[in-house]
Amino acid sequence: MAQLSAENRVEHWRQTRRLMIIHLTIWFIFSYVVHWFAVPLNNISFFGWPLGYYMAAQGSLIVFVVQLFMFNRQQHAIDTRFGVAEDQN
Amino acid sequence: MGMQFEGKSFIDNLPKIYGVYTGGFLAFFALMAVLERFGLGADTIGILFIAFTIGIYAFIGILSRTMAVEAYYVAGRSVPPVFNGMATAADWMSGASFVAMAGGIFIAGHGYMAFIVGWTGGYILVATLMAPYLRKFGCYTVPDFIGTRYGGKFTRFCAILVLVVASFTYVTAQITATGTIAARALLIPFEVGVWFGLAGILVCSMLGGMRAVTWTQVAQYIVLIVAYLIPIFWMSGVQGFGWFPQFQYGPAVERIMELEPLLGVGTAALEPQRGLSVLTTLHATPREGAMAAWQFVTLVACMMIGTASLPHILMRYFTTPTVRDARNSVAWSLFFIFLLYFSAPALATFSKLQLLDPTLPTAIIGQPIEQVLALDWVTRWSAIGLLAVIDQNGDGILQINEFFLNPDIIVLATPEFAGLPYVISGLVAAGGMAAAMSTADGLLLAMANALSHDLYYKIIDPKAETKKRLLTARVLLLVIGAAGALVASLKLTGILGAVAWAFCFAMSGLFFPLVLGVWWKRANRQGAVAGMLGGLIVGWWYLLAVRNPDAWYGIAQPWLGLNDLRFGIVGIVASLVAMVVVTLLTPAPDAEIQRMVDEVRIPSGQTIIGSMK
Repeated sequence: MAQLSAENRVEHWRQTRRLMIIHLTIWFIFSYVVHWFAVPLNNISFFGWPLGYYMAAQGSLIVFVVQLFMFNRQQHAIDTRFGVAEDQN
Repeated sequence: MGMQFEGKSFIDNLPKIYGVYTGGFLAFFALMAVLERFGLGADTIGILFIAFTIGIYAFIGILSRTMAVEAYYVAGRSVPPVFNGMATAADWMSGASFVAMAGGIFIAGHGYMAFIVGWTGGYILVATLMAPYLRKFGCYTVPDFIGTRYGGKFTRFCAILVLVVASFTYVTAQITATGTIAARALLIPFEVGVWFGLAGILVCSMLGGMRAVTWTQVAQYIVLIVAYLIPIFWMSGVQGFGWFPQFQYGPAVERIMELEPLLGVGTAALEPQRGLSVLTTLHATPREGAMAAWQFVTLVACMMIGTASLPHILMRYFTTPTVRDARNSVAWSLFFIFLLYFSAPALATFSKLQLLDPTLPTAIIGQPIEQVLALDWVTRWSAIGLLAVIDQNGDGILQINEFFLNPDIIVLATPEFAGLPYVISGLVAAGGMAAAMSTADGLLLAMANALSHDLYYKIIDPKAETKKRLLTARVLLLVIGAAGALVASLKLTGILGAVAWAFCFAMSGLFFPLVLGVWWKRANRQGAVAGMLGGLIVGWWYLLAVRNPDAWYGIAQPWLGLNDLRFGIVGIVASLVAMVVVTLLTPAPDAEIQRMVDEVRIPSGQTIIGSMK
């Protein structure tokens, strides 16, 4: 088991939780909020696509993919900072 | 000659092995294309494609047979993230995604794209809330996590129950899909096709369990993505839409929106045809109003939360070497899934534009009816009842509401609009088969593993020796597969309905017990049991109630437009309330469990189950 003081354990989890909340907020916006306003968004043209349609067909998906790779880097950085990444012991 | 399926040299060689495999598959495709030129018949090409690909899967399945527990249940925890990503993508994308997605968008427009958003965004939940923690736990199955985290045999049993209900609903749909494709490609009756499909599925999983399924799923992913993308690139290139259509189809969408009012899209057919639809929904314009938006987002929510609760997906992340790899492999899974899903709307758009736009040579709407009836592909699909062109107003011209089709044929038929050779159809059939088989394999394995590991070994006979456990697992695989094929041959529900129900069952019963097991230390056994049973029972009751409004279930109208595809919303609310209330009314879990949760939350160190031995 990793040598981790009680405060560090709490702090590691606090930062992990904060990262989770940030990413789920972005996720919520691109999963629900954007599509709720699909009708008005469709009046905007995005390289030929109506924007509301584009977000459902491609936009949200691209955000999800990029977001997940970023999340991994950030979570790994948190783990490394607290010395609990797997290659550290 | 025995082959190593673990260890450094095997892992290092993986890119080479699958590179050669992909090259081999492309060479086979080229060979078929050449032979078609020399007069090889369409039927023979279809049979060769199915036989060749299933032959390869069977070969991998047999090579990777094993009698070791760790290899059988979690592929020796040695699958690198990128390959696990491909395997998960194949596990994930079912026959419905492959065959029905583009056709659904073609016919139902914007509303149908809730599936695309839902079936990708769910992976954010998987990565942030679940996969890394379940991997750290070191369990073999999803009920294994529930049973160990909350304790108690009955808790474990409840998890097995939800898993079986959700997965069995799903697997019948997949076996139906393999049966349909096998029947069409091999020219055999559907009832026989179902059993043939099952045999193909079992040969991949029986001997090697998770290890065999992993390496066949990677192979199946390659076949299905090649089979989906080649026709799109080819068709788009030939038709002059550009060679990378996914990034260029904006103007095509605009053009369709311009043509729709001119062609009168939205007028119902004069005489509807059974089982076929005419195009009445606008392509890119969402329905107006809060109800439409609500239905879109609730369907998205069900598909996403269902994704994060489906055991056959979660268990794929038990197979990576580390916690960090589990997390990375979720991102790769999403990337590989994205490649197919962001192509589906492009395919639907080009497919529609080709038929609608009078300036294109492929247009049929607005053309003289005899000319359309003489087209090769119209004759062929009409003959098997999946398409109908009827001049219902008798003006000799084909109107938009006189063109009937079964939307499932869009993926297969679109290359034919563009006049591509039959070899493409053979390729697409092989891809659809790969998609359906790989998902069915994952589901059957999830069920058989839960029953053999959790029910038989952990609950009934904890002293059972390894050989007996693995034998039980295989017998169960056979029995569940046969039961699935039997139900599939009865043709009870449509493919899509069954798939959506599986998601709703999984989210109703499993989502909160899994998430709160990691994120809420206070969550206890009584709460988890209440969450699983409460969610499952309420969800099930609501499904029955909205499906049978005249029966005794007590609901005349669906609540807030939540129909049978969205019953998970009701189930999951019940599950959350039951779990929180019951947990707070009963004592907190003991110090041992609390320490276990602390350990789950950090990546390093031994797995929880490993440290308990």
